Amino acid sequence: MKLFKNIKAFIKDTIALFKQKQYKEIRHKFKRLFVGMKFMDGLLFKILIYTLLISLGYIYLYPILYMLTNSFMTMADIIDVSVKWIPSSLNWENYQLVWEAINYPSALLNAFILSIFPALSATVSSAIIGYGFARFNFPLKKLLFVLMIMTFIIPPQITMLPTFRMYSQYNLLGSLKAFIYPAILGQGLNGAIFILIFYQFFRMIPKSLEESAQLDGASHLQVFLKIAIPLAVPSIIIVFLFSFVWYYNETYLSGLFLRGSDLLTLPLRVDQYINNYTSIYPEGSRARELMQAVKLAGNVLTILPLLIIYFFTQRYFVESIDRTGITGE
Amino acid sequence: MRLTHKSRNALIGYSFIFIWIVGYLIFSLYPVFYSLYLSFFKVRLDGANIQMTFEAFNNFKAAFVYDPYFVEILIQYVMNMIINVPVVIVFALIIAMLINQDIKGKGFWRTVFFLPVIISSGPIIGELIDQGATTLPSISDYGLVNLILDNIGEFLATPVQNLLETILLVLWFSGIQILILLAGLQKIDRAIYEASMIDGASPWESFWKITLPSIMPLISVSVIYTVVSMSVFPLNDVIIYIKNIMLGESTIGTLTTGYGYSAALAWIYFIVMVIIIGVFIGLLNIKRRSRA
Repeated sequence: MKLFKNIKAFIKDTIALFKQKQYKEIRHKFKRLFVGMKFMDGLLFKILIYTLLISLGYIYLYPILYMLTNSFMTMADIIDVSVKWIPSSLNWENYQLVWEAINYPSALLNAFILSIFPALSATVSSAIIGYGFARFNFPLKKLLFVLMIMTFIIPPQITMLPTFRMYSQYNLLGSLKAFIYPAILGQGLNGAIFILIFYQFFRMIPKSLEESAQLDGASHLQVFLKIAIPLAVPSIIIVFLFSFVWYYNETYLSGLFLRGSDLLTLPLRVDQYINNYTSIYPEGSRARELMQAVKLAGNVLTILPLLIIYFFTQRYFVESIDRTGITGE
Repeated sequence: MRLTHKSRNALIGYSFIFIWIVGYLIFSLYPVFYSLYLSFFKVRLDGANIQMTFEAFNNFKAAFVYDPYFVEILIQYVMNMIINVPVVIVFALIIAMLINQDIKGKGFWRTVFFLPVIISSGPIIGELIDQGATTLPSISDYGLVNLILDNIGEFLATPVQNLLETILLVLWFSGIQILILLAGLQKIDRAIYEASMIDGASPWESFWKITLPSIMPLISVSVIYTVVSMSVFPLNDVIIYIKNIMLGESTIGTLTTGYGYSAALAWIYFIVMVIIIGVFIGLLNIKRRSRA
């Protein structure tokens, strides 16, 4: 609004100056408005920034918009070349088809169970481990810390078969335990990142706070539970949310460890249904083309819960890095 | 017996990270060594039984000598990394700097640029690639692109073409990096900019002399994150290839593929990945040193 006022004042002044024939002043004013005192506060700069933001934002949103609009398309819309962005009508059939085929409510519940419990385990364990690394000195700490970071860059493919065999020996395959056990021991999905987040946070708590509690007779465990944990609530929320989202979207490990069981992540379940369904129809048939829209509807249903969660918790996600100081002081 | 304060402290520290050590030994260290061990064997799985024949370095040799695809896919991967990683970093930096300006609706823009992190999962992205939603519709229509592609030789043209075809996907990898860089930008004291401005520095100069040097460490972090997340992504060509080798047993020349061979491939892949990270970080450091 300040900008509009500026422009209005600018026009008024210019007209006044024009009447007084002070052209030099006008030139000066123009420069002031567009380039500003130091370029960064001029109108040109503003225009540049918003143009870039809007075009980059469009690039980022394009796939999502594409998914949304196309998921509503009917057979006729898909074939009709003139219909590119806006479907001729809101066609819920695609959604209905997927909804019923995968039994969406129960599939969703399943997927939630599959993500909530490992995420909870990962949050608890990484808080404890991060605290240990942040607040205590012990021999080999540096080495262990480096090893911890290393676990992040080792591709899961390397460790897959041994892990797979280990799981099958201990009968962990096809059960939630295959995800919970590693998570509770700090080796879950992206576990190193979470430990790092807590590590950075707990390092920022002043030592004096801990010492004064200890003078009052608190043990290390009490300091951790009564002082550190309450302070770390934002970090806890962030870690849980990230972990939840990553487990929810996980397809590689769950495709292997949970194959053939009732537990399936939602992306995999939709994928499975679509593959079964598509193979019924011959290549190039119309029904197959329609499947594309159905597939997209399935994908929208998959990400919808995440979008809703994100909508309510976005400030945690977005502020996460500033708050947790992942950047390192 | 009373322990000294120091050793008592160490003991308590160990008890906090105890669960991690156990988990590391079981779920990380053991599988890593076991897979390294297996990569020297020919491995056959008969149900639960495992048959192994020692092959020494044959698996590794075969990857480069007999395997008709692996080297080609690996080179393609390296080329893609060389081109995509800088693109991701540059875009992340541009976006982070844009959001860091005094703009209307900061929260909204942050949300938009962070959205991909929330919804990116293998099947969904695969689907978007299949349907051509990861390429900007207008890019392929310009003759200019073809002109460039025709003139830079096939070796470079393929990765560039890949980049253009999946440009949205590539940019989608920059969500976390944007946050990391943004946090770094916010830590720079504004007074430094004002002081340099008074001394007559242009915004362009203050970017190169103040902004970039201050966030250099975070750029390194972002590079590592980018390389790793792109390399372990389930739709990465090398990953798909290794997975197919692992699950299916076939013969390439005199070589029986299967787990042993795929373990060898995975290790080669891992080493290449570490080299790529090393080269990138090295380049960033050379730049920093020469400027200082």
